[in-house]
Amino acid sequence: MISLDNVCKTYHEGRENEVRAVREVSLEIGADRTTVIRGPSGSGKTSLLTLIGCLSRPSSGRIRLGGEIISGLPEKFMTGIRRQTFGFIFQRFNLIRGITVLENVMLPAYPLGTDHAALKARAGELLEMLEIPGKAAMNAEQLSGGEAQRVAIARALINDPQMVIADEPTANLDTRLTMQFLDIVRTLRGQGKTMLMTSHDPRIWSADMVDTIITMEDGRVTAVEAADRS
Amino acid sequence: MKSWIARQRYLIDFTLSSLLRRKVRNLILFAVYAVSIFVLGSVMLFSHAIRREAAQILASAPEITIQKLVMGRHDLIGQDYLDAVKNIRGVRRAEGRLWGYFYDQASRANYTLMVPPPDDAARALAPGETMIGAGVARARGASQGSFLFLLSPTGKMFKLKVKSILDSASELVSADLVLVSAEDFRRFYRLDSARGFTDLALKVRNSREIDTIIEKASLKLPDARFITRRDILRTYESIFSWREGLLLALLGASIIAFAIFAFDKASGLSAEERREIGILKAVGWETGDVLAMKFWEGALISLAAFLSGVVLAYAHVFFFDAGLLAPVLKGWSVIYPQFSLAPHLDGLQIATLAFFTVVPFSAATIIPIWKAAITDPDMVMR
Repeated sequence: MISLDNVCKTYHEGRENEVRAVREVSLEIGADRTTVIRGPSGSGKTSLLTLIGCLSRPSSGRIRLGGEIISGLPEKFMTGIRRQTFGFIFQRFNLIRGITVLENVMLPAYPLGTDHAALKARAGELLEMLEIPGKAAMNAEQLSGGEAQRVAIARALINDPQMVIADEPTANLDTRLTMQFLDIVRTLRGQGKTMLMTSHDPRIWSADMVDTIITMEDGRVTAVEAADRS
Repeated sequence: MKSWIARQRYLIDFTLSSLLRRKVRNLILFAVYAVSIFVLGSVMLFSHAIRREAAQILASAPEITIQKLVMGRHDLIGQDYLDAVKNIRGVRRAEGRLWGYFYDQASRANYTLMVPPPDDAARALAPGETMIGAGVARARGASQGSFLFLLSPTGKMFKLKVKSILDSASELVSADLVLVSAEDFRRFYRLDSARGFTDLALKVRNSREIDTIIEKASLKLPDARFITRRDILRTYESIFSWREGLLLALLGASIIAFAIFAFDKASGLSAEERREIGILKAVGWETGDVLAMKFWEGALISLAAFLSGVVLAYAHVFFFDAGLLAPVLKGWSVIYPQFSLAPHLDGLQIATLAFFTVVPFSAATIIPIWKAAITDPDMVMR
């Protein structure tokens, strides 16, 4: 589905504080699979995720989606791809404070001008699926960590993306909530979504639905291996 | 089209909730903005209304006024002067006018005593009758049918019955007027008819001949000065334009302060706002969507503040006699008693005010947002 060809990402290029976050990465991420990127802090996991999800552009190299080069596209097209193809779950959830859960979930669909009743119904279904229908009218800041993550997942799914990208999704969750999250991932995989996650958490790497584990160190991919299901 | 409308609705909904989320900051911004518009609007509305009123009133004034000068000072002008100019070719009508000033001890105000022109049937007055301006009526508590008592410069008390109050729509020049018959005027100032008039008023057939008529008249009356309607209007214009300019220059500092404040508050994005823009872009909003949302935000604040400021300025100028600015704009020492201006709103003026306030505000708001919105969403979020 997605392939990276010798991709590099350098922040503050040419300055004193230059950071080479991703170095000459070439890999393929298959459709209908669950891929986990692991590695120590500062190894470039999140940077790689933002490159794959069209949240940033590579400093060099090419990214292809279904064979088409997308890394050089103008911003408008990049946004369109991001909206249609990817759903994001951020480490700190990044919900907008001061607006309701329902509004947060519907937010990615606003620019599409979707019929309001249909959009509201879809958001309601997602909240139902994630077992938080009673929270729709609450403001985002009133939610617990687990609830906030479910809202972030509902938001990621509102435009029915092909791929769900999650950055350290369990970093702020306890064991019970981590298990609940894995159940949700299992459900999404069952619905045919491609899952791509970064994680420090061994409970994620060892989960039964994980197909591929990518290991990163100092911005480089050091290993790509199939998950051990034994 | 349907989806475009739905999209705009979503953006406006989100904008409204965004405004409410930062209500203290937005209320302060609205208040400062509205006050700036109010002050600027008051100056512009007042100056424009006063010039407009002067122009309207002077439209019916004589094209040429002739005054006799003695030692460089205005003096009474005799019947022989009137006879000398009335037959000049191009003069349609020539008449002597009687008017004078006097200080009224009772109300501590200067009034203008005047005899209405003989052809003005609506203001024809019999001896013992008077018509007074709205300012005099207010100062003396007079109304139609009541009596006005005036102490003449010769120490004689005059009792005049108020026939009517002059139209308040032209208060700029009528506020201090006391109209009386020619007989009462001459008795009031003890002025016999042999001494002539205060000045002469000429009406001409063709306004393009005014200069030629003045040239001919000045040959016959070398000790007279000729004042045209155009000259009076120009004087009014320059007086009020000068006052308006002076006040606007003084207010310039407050306008600059507002611009800096608006730029800082409206456009200086907080970390929270930058994060929000990053989230919106990350979840699929285009730069254009973010700009449209922020455009609606700026438009709602600026339009609400602009309309409030203009409405307040209108009420201040036309219903509260521009109490805050009148001492500077009216010229307190020369225009008394108080007068009210006829309400009037000029589209071009409102457009000018909008151009110099709404446009800079919108620009100040949109540029930094555009800068944040074109950045890759991951940069905004880091």
